[in-house]
Amino acid sequence: MLDTGATSTEYKITANKVNVYYGDTQAIKDVDVNIEANAVTAFIGPSGCGKSTFLRCLNRMNDTIDICRVTGEILLDGNDIYARAVDPVNLRARVGMVFQKPNPFPKTIYDNVAYGPRIHGLAKDKAELDQIVEQSLRRAALWTEAKDRLDEPGTGMSGGQQQRLCIARAIATAPEVLLMDEPCSALDPIATAQVEELIDELRQNYAVVIVTHSMQQAARVSQKTAFFHLGHLLEFGETSKIFTNPDHEKTQQYITGRFG
Amino acid sequence: MSDTSYDMAALSAKHSDAGAASRLKKRYWAEWRLKAYGVFAILLAAAALVILVYTIVAKTLTVTNEYYISLDVQMEASDRQMTTLTDGNPDTSVDLKGPLRDALRDAANTDLKGRKARPLYDLVSRFEGYELGGIIEANPDVLGSSYHYEALLDDSVQLYLKGDFGFLEDAGSRGNLTIKPGESDDQVILEMPTNALGQARLAMREDRSQEGRVFRRSAQDQERAFNETQALLDDATDPAEKERLQGLLDGFDAQQKDLFGRADAALNAATDQQHVFTLRGDDPSVFIRVNKGWIKITELASERMVGTIMDPLDSMDAAAEGSWKALLLETPESVRQINDRQALWLENFKREDRLVTHFNKRVLLSSDSSNAELAGIWGALIGSFWTMMVTFGLVFPIGVMASIYLEEFAPKNRVTDFIEVNINNLAAVPSIVFGLLGLTILLSGVKLFGVDLFDGLLKTIAEDPRSTPLAGGVVLALMSLPTIIIAARASIKAVPPSIRDAALGLGASKLQTSTHHVLPLAMPGILTGSIIAMAQALGETAPLIIIGMNSFIQDPPGGPLDKANVLPSLIYLWNNNSERLFDGKTAVAISVLLIFLILMNALAVVLRKRFERRW
Repeated sequence: MLDTGATSTEYKITANKVNVYYGDTQAIKDVDVNIEANAVTAFIGPSGCGKSTFLRCLNRMNDTIDICRVTGEILLDGNDIYARAVDPVNLRARVGMVFQKPNPFPKTIYDNVAYGPRIHGLAKDKAELDQIVEQSLRRAALWTEAKDRLDEPGTGMSGGQQQRLCIARAIATAPEVLLMDEPCSALDPIATAQVEELIDELRQNYAVVIVTHSMQQAARVSQKTAFFHLGHLLEFGETSKIFTNPDHEKTQQYITGRFG
Repeated sequence: MSDTSYDMAALSAKHSDAGAASRLKKRYWAEWRLKAYGVFAILLAAAALVILVYTIVAKTLTVTNEYYISLDVQMEASDRQMTTLTDGNPDTSVDLKGPLRDALRDAANTDLKGRKARPLYDLVSRFEGYELGGIIEANPDVLGSSYHYEALLDDSVQLYLKGDFGFLEDAGSRGNLTIKPGESDDQVILEMPTNALGQARLAMREDRSQEGRVFRRSAQDQERAFNETQALLDDATDPAEKERLQGLLDGFDAQQKDLFGRADAALNAATDQQHVFTLRGDDPSVFIRVNKGWIKITELASERMVGTIMDPLDSMDAAAEGSWKALLLETPESVRQINDRQALWLENFKREDRLVTHFNKRVLLSSDSSNAELAGIWGALIGSFWTMMVTFGLVFPIGVMASIYLEEFAPKNRVTDFIEVNINNLAAVPSIVFGLLGLTILLSGVKLFGVDLFDGLLKTIAEDPRSTPLAGGVVLALMSLPTIIIAARASIKAVPPSIRDAALGLGASKLQTSTHHVLPLAMPGILTGSIIAMAQALGETAPLIIIGMNSFIQDPPGGPLDKANVLPSLIYLWNNNSERLFDGKTAVAISVLLIFLILMNALAVVLRKRFERRW
C-alpha cells in the first residue's frame, strides 16, 4: 500500500486542486494542502469558509450527503482516496474523526471504545480487546476517571469526558490520521485545556488535523495553519509565521479580529 | 423606512390612555372565551366517554351471574344409552333428558305429561341432558343414585329472573277473601272487600284508557281516507266507478264507527269504578296466592273476581287478611317469553330456594353457540390471537425493513418521494377496501378478460382459506403496514445524525450503522407504533367480514389455518342476534375487547416513557 514516491514520503496527506460542490454551489475552490505526519495542522477561517467541508473530504464523510460532489485529488500516503478501488469504510478506519459535539453511543464506556476494534476485527480475543480499550482510554487521558465505571453509559459523563471518550473511541481503531472538527466548541475552558493537552500528545503518533474557531487554540496546539476564506485556501504555512507575519492582508485582519 | 416621522412620545402615551384599559380587557375576554370553549369541548368529550363506559358496564353486569335450578336427579340410563356411555369414546354423548324431566316434574310437584309439560322442560337449557350423560360417563358410580345437580336455565328464563319482563309485584290484598267453586272444575269465584286489589285495578284502568286513546286516534285517521274518497266520488261520473267508491266509503264509515265504539268502551272501562275487567293475553297478569295454591284471575271487578286454578288449593276455606296475597305481573303474557304457568313455576322454585346463581364463567370460557345461555367469547378470543400473530409476524419485519431502507439507504429522488406520498395515502384508505383487496388476491383469485391470471394466493397454503386467521391476518397486515412504516420512519428519523456520523466516522458500514446504532435507538418508537397499529387491527371488523370471518364457528381454532371468528366480528354477529340474552353477552365481548385495547395502549405509553431519549 505504501508508495515511496518523492512527494508522498514527506506528507501524510496531499490535496491537489480540490473542488467541492453542494449541488450548484461551490464550497471549496482549488485547494492545495499538504498535511504532515506527527504534526498538528489547524484549519482556521470565518464561518462558512469551507474548512469543515474540506476536513470531511479527507475521510470521505461527505459521501453521506447525496448532493455533494468532489473533484481534484486527495492522496493518503500517495494513493488517491477518491479512487474507485478505495472503500470509504476502510478509509475511515485509517482516518479517524472527532466531531464538534461529543457524540458517544448510548452504550457503556467500554462498548463505545471497543466498537471500532470489534467491527474491524482488530482484537483476537477479549483480553486483547481489554488491552486496546485500556490503552485508548489512557492515551485519551480518561483512564483514571473511567476505569471503575467502564460498564456505565458513556452518555452519563460530563461534556469534557464525553469528548475525550470520543477521542479514545477514534484512537481505538488505530487510525493514521485524526480529524477533529471544532472538538472544543462545546466544552468549558477546563475541559478545553485537557483536550488541547491531549491533542499535543497525540501528535507523537498521528497526523492531526483540527478545525477551530479559536485563534488562541490554533496558536497553542498547531504546527501548521491553513487559513480558508470563501472556499479558497488563502494562506498555509508554519503557525508561528501565520500568527506573527502573515503574507496575506485578509489573514492579518482575521487573526487580529477585524472580521470573522 | 417611510418619510413620515412619528411622534414617538404620543405613541408611548397610548399605553396609558383610556383606550388602553379597554383594549386590554378585550384581550383578556378573548382569552377567557377560548378557555371556555376548550373546557366545554373537554366536558362534552368526557360526558360521551362516561356514557359509553356506563352503558357497556351496565349491560355487562346483567350477565355477570347466571341462574341454575337445583334438582335431585335419579341417575338412570337405558341399556342402549349405557353402551354408548361406556364405550370409552368421549366424542359420543347421550341426552339423559328422561331423568332430568322427571326431576323437574318432581320439583314442580306436577303430574303433567307429554306436550303439556313442555313449558316446564323448556325452563332448562337444551343441552343439560347431555351434561348429565357426561357426568355418568366420567363417573359411572353415580348410576342408580339420586344425584344433586344444578341445571342451567334457558336464556329467556335468565332474562325473566333478571327482571327483563318485570317482576311479580304486590297488587294489594286487604280484607278477607272468600272462595267459591265456579262453573267448571278449575274455576273459582273470589269475593273480597271493595277495591281490595287497588293496584291491579289501577293498572287495568291505565291500560284501558291508553287503549281508548289509541282507538280514538285511529278512528280519527279514518276521517282523511273518508274525505278523500268522498272527493273522488263527487268528481266521478262513471256509474260503476261511483258504485265502487260508494262501497269503499261505506267500509270506511263502518270501520270508523267500530273504532269509535271500541274507544268509548275502553274509556268507559277506565273511568267506571264498577267496571268488570276481563283479562286478556295483552293485559297484565294478576295472580292470587291463597291456601298454598295459585289462582290466575280472568275477571276482575271491584268486589269480585273469577279465576282459574293454576296450582291446586289446600281447601276452599275463606282466607283472612294477611293469609292471601294478590300479585301483579305488569308485562302482558303476549309480550313475555315466559308464560303465566312458567312464571308461577319459577315463583314456586324461588320460594323453595331451588334457584341458585353462579358467577358467569361461561361467557368468557366457552365458545359461540346458537343457544344464548351457552354462548361465550373464548373461540373468538383465540381467533383474534391467531389473527394478531399472523398480522404482527408479517407487518413487523416488513414494516421495519421497508422503513430502514427508505430512511437509510434509498436515494432521495422522485421515485422515493412518490413512494412516500403513496404510503401516507394508503394509511388513509378505508379498511373495507383492504378487505376487498384481500378477498380478490388471497381468496378468489384474479381473472382478466376471461383468463385466469392467478388463483387465490392462500389456496396454495390452505385448502379453504376463507374465514381463517391466516387470511384475516394477511388482510390486517396490509391494512396496518402503512401505519407501521410511518411510525417506524418517524422514529428512525428522530435518531440524531451525530450517532450515524460517529459510527460512519469509525469506519462502520451503512448496514452496521443501521443495525448497531440506528435501529436499536429507534426500536422503542417502532414498537410503540406497532402496538398502536396492532390495537387498531384488533378492533377492525369490516375487512374481516368481507373475507368471511363473521360466520358461526363453534370451536376455538387450533391454529391459523382453522376457521375462526374474531372478537369484533363476534360482537357484530351477536348484536344482530334477536335473542335478547345476547345483548348482555355482546357487552361482555365489547368489554373484553376494550380491556385488551386499553392494555395495549398502556403498554405503548409505558414503552415510550421508559425508553424515551432526549438528545
